[in-house]
Amino acid sequence: MSGTVTEPDRRAWVAQVMGLPVSVHLRGPEVRTDAVAERVARVFAELREVDATFSTYRPDSVLSRLGGAVPDPTTADPLVREVVERCEEARVRTGGWFDARRLPLPGGGTGFDPSGLVKGWAVERAARRLVLPGHDLCLNAGGDVLLRTAPGRPAWRVGIEDPDRPERLLDVVARAHGAVATSGTARRGAHITDPRAGRPARAVRSVTVVGPELLWADVYATAAVARGADALDWLATLDGYAALLVDAAGGVRATPNWPGSRPATQTRAA
Amino acid sequence: MRRITIWLLSTVAALVLLFSYKTSTMGAGGESSAVASGTDRAGSSWSGTDGGTGSGPSTGGDSSTGGTGSTGSTGSGGDGTATGSVAQTRWGPVQVRITVSGGKITDVAVLQVPDGNHRDQEINDYAVPILRQEALAAQSARIDTVSGATVTSDGYRESLQSAIDAAHLG
Repeated sequence: MSGTVTEPDRRAWVAQVMGLPVSVHLRGPEVRTDAVAERVARVFAELREVDATFSTYRPDSVLSRLGGAVPDPTTADPLVREVVERCEEARVRTGGWFDARRLPLPGGGTGFDPSGLVKGWAVERAARRLVLPGHDLCLNAGGDVLLRTAPGRPAWRVGIEDPDRPERLLDVVARAHGAVATSGTARRGAHITDPRAGRPARAVRSVTVVGPELLWADVYATAAVARGADALDWLATLDGYAALLVDAAGGVRATPNWPGSRPATQTRAA
Repeated sequence: MRRITIWLLSTVAALVLLFSYKTSTMGAGGESSAVASGTDRAGSSWSGTDGGTGSGPSTGGDSSTGGTGSTGSTGSGGDGTATGSVAQTRWGPVQVRITVSGGKITDVAVLQVPDGNHRDQEINDYAVPILRQEALAAQSARIDTVSGATVTSDGYRESLQSAIDAAHLG
């Protein structure tokens, strides 16, 4: 390194957690220190612990042992209780379009599955370990991104993946703080359940939500995919959040406050 | 400029690696040293080092000059070419050369591909256009990360995000 270097050092860590690739990027003077590496390791460890409790794919998890029943708030572990409460809050905030109570379970049947909320909740919680003065954070958990920037530093630039052509970008947004979450059918097929119809939602290809909190950006994006055709109107009502939606026909539309370069209404023609 | 070049090479090497990921596991490949040596490239660093001028979108202007064929070499003023180390892919050894103009990749050329079987054609017809497009797209947009519908581990191996991660590991 020479004396002309003015940009802070940047370092990345990647781990497979919760069935997802999770990458942590830090910018700042101490990213090469053992202390910072240890903090990152604890973030991954915390996410693994959450997965062991909440994964519906692990037969020995707390959730799996309940077999789809909603955990009893009076006896549940405090973290489980918090997730149950957040799921109920999400159901209310989304007008019922995010409903963890009657979802298809990996082992068959339907029941309580908070997975759609746990990821964002867990990442936001674990990221508190990475509040480092003078450092910027960009944490990407399977395409959902949490961002933090120290004063005076450039914002992170987040590319929004084209659901039909994953090697291309629909747009780029510059964000210093907060979250960018995308839900959709591009990578895993129609896996988001329409809670009213009780079957996979297919009218929307992908929804990206930008806003202050990852938990809510993620929940709103998932709810919007379930909601379908009129989701953009609903997204536009969310205080502090903006969204970009790709419908099943490939049309791309954004809410009026969308921070990227896409205008509020545009059909992808190019 | 040298740091940028290292980053460019490691990104391209990572992109080449993507094509070997489809059947192998992460961490395979002889160019891991190139990946590990990638240091910082915050978006704005393109214009912050010696001679680098452009921070706007690449114009695609080509100035393939000054190449000497050794890793990390460039011409002055942010223009020139740089040649990556040989990457081991699923098809065999691959070596790429990037052309830099105004601090931007303007071209990706393949110097070495495996021969003796049809795989070289497969690389030329399929992999090279994609890696060229990804390299150009990623840095013309100067992105730090990618938001997309939940990525599985298989999808990750071929994703732009994995290339960005690989450029900063170590």
